Amino acid sequence: MIKLENIHRNFQVGEQTVHALDNINLEISKGEYLSVMGPSGSGKSTLLNLLGLLDRPSSGNYYLDNQDTTQLDEEQLAAKRNRYIGFVFQTFHLIPRLTAAENIELPLVLAGVDEKIRKQKVAAALQSMRLANRAEHKPQQLSGGQRQRVAIARATITNPAILLADEPTGNLDQKSGLNVVETLEQLNDKGITLIVVTHDAALGSRARRAIRMLDGRIESDSQQDSTNAGA
Amino acid sequence: MLALKDAITFAWQALRANISRTLLMLLATGIGVASVVILTSLGEGARRYVSNEFSSLGTNLLIVVPGKNDTAGANPMTMFGVAERDLTIDDARALMQHPKISYLAPFNFGTADVTWRGHKRETPIQGSTAALLKLRKWKIKQGKFLPDTDMDQANPVVVIGSNIRDELFGAHAAMGQWIRIGDRRFRVIGILSDEGQSMGLSVKDAVIIPVAAAQALFNTSSLFRIFLEVKTHEAIPEVTSFIIRTIKARHQGKEDITIVTQDAILTTFNTILNSLTYAVGGIAAISLLVAGILIMNVMLVAVSQRTHEIGLLKSLGASSRIVLYLILIEAALLTLLGAFAGLLVGHLGSWGIRLAFPVLPAYPPLWASIASVLVALVSGMLFSLLPARKASRLDPVIALARH
Ligand SMILES: Nc1ncnc2c1ncn2[C@@H]1O[C@H](COP(=O)(O)OP(=O)(O)O)[C@@H](O)[C@H]1O
Ligand SMILES: [Mg+2]
Repeated sequence: MIKLENIHRNFQVGEQTVHALDNINLEISKGEYLSVMGPSGSGKSTLLNLLGLLDRPSSGNYYLDNQDTTQLDEEQLAAKRNRYIGFVFQTFHLIPRLTAAENIELPLVLAGVDEKIRKQKVAAALQSMRLANRAEHKPQQLSGGQRQRVAIARATITNPAILLADEPTGNLDQKSGLNVVETLEQLNDKGITLIVVTHDAALGSRARRAIRMLDGRIESDSQQDSTNAGA
Repeated sequence: MLALKDAITFAWQALRANISRTLLMLLATGIGVASVVILTSLGEGARRYVSNEFSSLGTNLLIVVPGKNDTAGANPMTMFGVAERDLTIDDARALMQHPKISYLAPFNFGTADVTWRGHKRETPIQGSTAALLKLRKWKIKQGKFLPDTDMDQANPVVVIGSNIRDELFGAHAAMGQWIRIGDRRFRVIGILSDEGQSMGLSVKDAVIIPVAAAQALFNTSSLFRIFLEVKTHEAIPEVTSFIIRTIKARHQGKEDITIVTQDAILTTFNTILNSLTYAVGGIAAISLLVAGILIMNVMLVAVSQRTHEIGLLKSLGASSRIVLYLILIEAALLTLLGAFAGLLVGHLGSWGIRLAFPVLPAYPPLWASIASVLVALVSGMLFSLLPARKASRLDPVIALARH
């Protein structure tokens, strides 16, 4: 489903060129559960942004469902993001003036989905995220865990194939962090491809496949027994 | 693709979330539109005032002015032109023969002291005939107007307005009293009703004597004007050429008069006052450009404050085009709301002016309302293009990373 070939991503910082991604080759199949770990600055977020079509590689090819995304224009990439990709951020990125329900509805609004269908989908998403009684709350009125569940509901409301989470538990206490992780894993159980960036070893070891990055390169890529968490 | 209704809802929520910023921009646009409406209503009021004044003279009025002016009739200043050859009572009598003329009044004019038992006032004196009452559409309150005698007859009679009566006679009865005008004596035979005004001269201050008496008083054989009313509007050209022919024949073949029509005067004043209205409207519209610049700056700040949100929208699948569209919708909503608030205030304001100054019919012209809203919208949108482009070009990765 995802195939990265010789991906480079360079940033020009003054005189210096930073190789944030240095010749990445990676294949991810549908429904995989993958964790990306590594020290700060190793390129994890850059990789995730690239996978999410928010960023383009400096060179190399990215095939999504056998289509080379490096050939697409901005408009087409936006449409693909809307349909294929869901993002979950460390800092939630909810719009403070909108209610939980309105935040969740936003991707459907942008895609021009009919209002009736939108309301049904949002109601169902609130239900499955155990947020039904929080629909009309503004983000400030919600706990961190609830906010992240709103963000997850928003990321998955368009039924995307891929869910990308960058440090999703970074701003949460342990209990609500675990709750959020379990929510993500339930979505993976239902077939979504889940890619989680984390530097929490316990969280990283829950995934069936773990990637370690260092200086923009994939240092290791291993299948792991998820029942052997933390081993 | 994002529906217009949803874009408006989204923009509306953003405007409501930042109420002080929104009110500031509404105020800027509103003031601009309101000032266009109010200033043009003043210009229009002046135009209507002048127009009403002239209409009170009667629509088929012709004024024969001694002296030839090339811009015949188009220049209201011919009203005060200098004569080349005198118009006389005989000229006036010759004109009266035409069957399409309903009334004709020779007219003379000068200033003299009017006295009665030590009460004295210096005032304009009008010399004319019985026909003047009908031409000016005046009414008699008491007594009668000048007698319908031959123009040559200098009867010592006078008709006065109510101010003159009050100042000279106070509580005494004025009718039948003899007053002194200059060095002559006249008997008061009528008092004019206060209704009506003509050419800025209040009927209350009128003093009218027979035209021949006025000529004797001011020691002249000439006329200042000949007023005449034509029976139908269609007959005006025919009567006009008749007047020119007749006077030419009587003045050794020289066409030395100017005929001023009511239409020509009105058209001239309309043109002048309309351009005045356009000018003040245009000046006021500049404040809309200022409002546009304010909107641009405030929107630029708003865009940089909402960097996160724009990055987020892109991560959720909004293209640059949609981001541009959302920001422009917000600007359009803002300027339209401001413009309509300004329209409301402007119309209320001109209504207030009409209440405060009933003589000034200060109705804002329709074009001013439409144009001010359009200018506000266009300037608001043009000036929002820059912030909107800035927003649409934001790199979502950087936008989302910034804290
Ligand atoms: N927009 C950018 N401009 C310049 N350098 C960047 C930019 N984004 C990332 N980098 C650099 O690329 C490297 C990888 O960054 P990142 O992917 O954020 O790492 P991680 O998420 O693993 O901490 C870092 O050295 C970082 O400074
Ligand atoms: Mg990172």
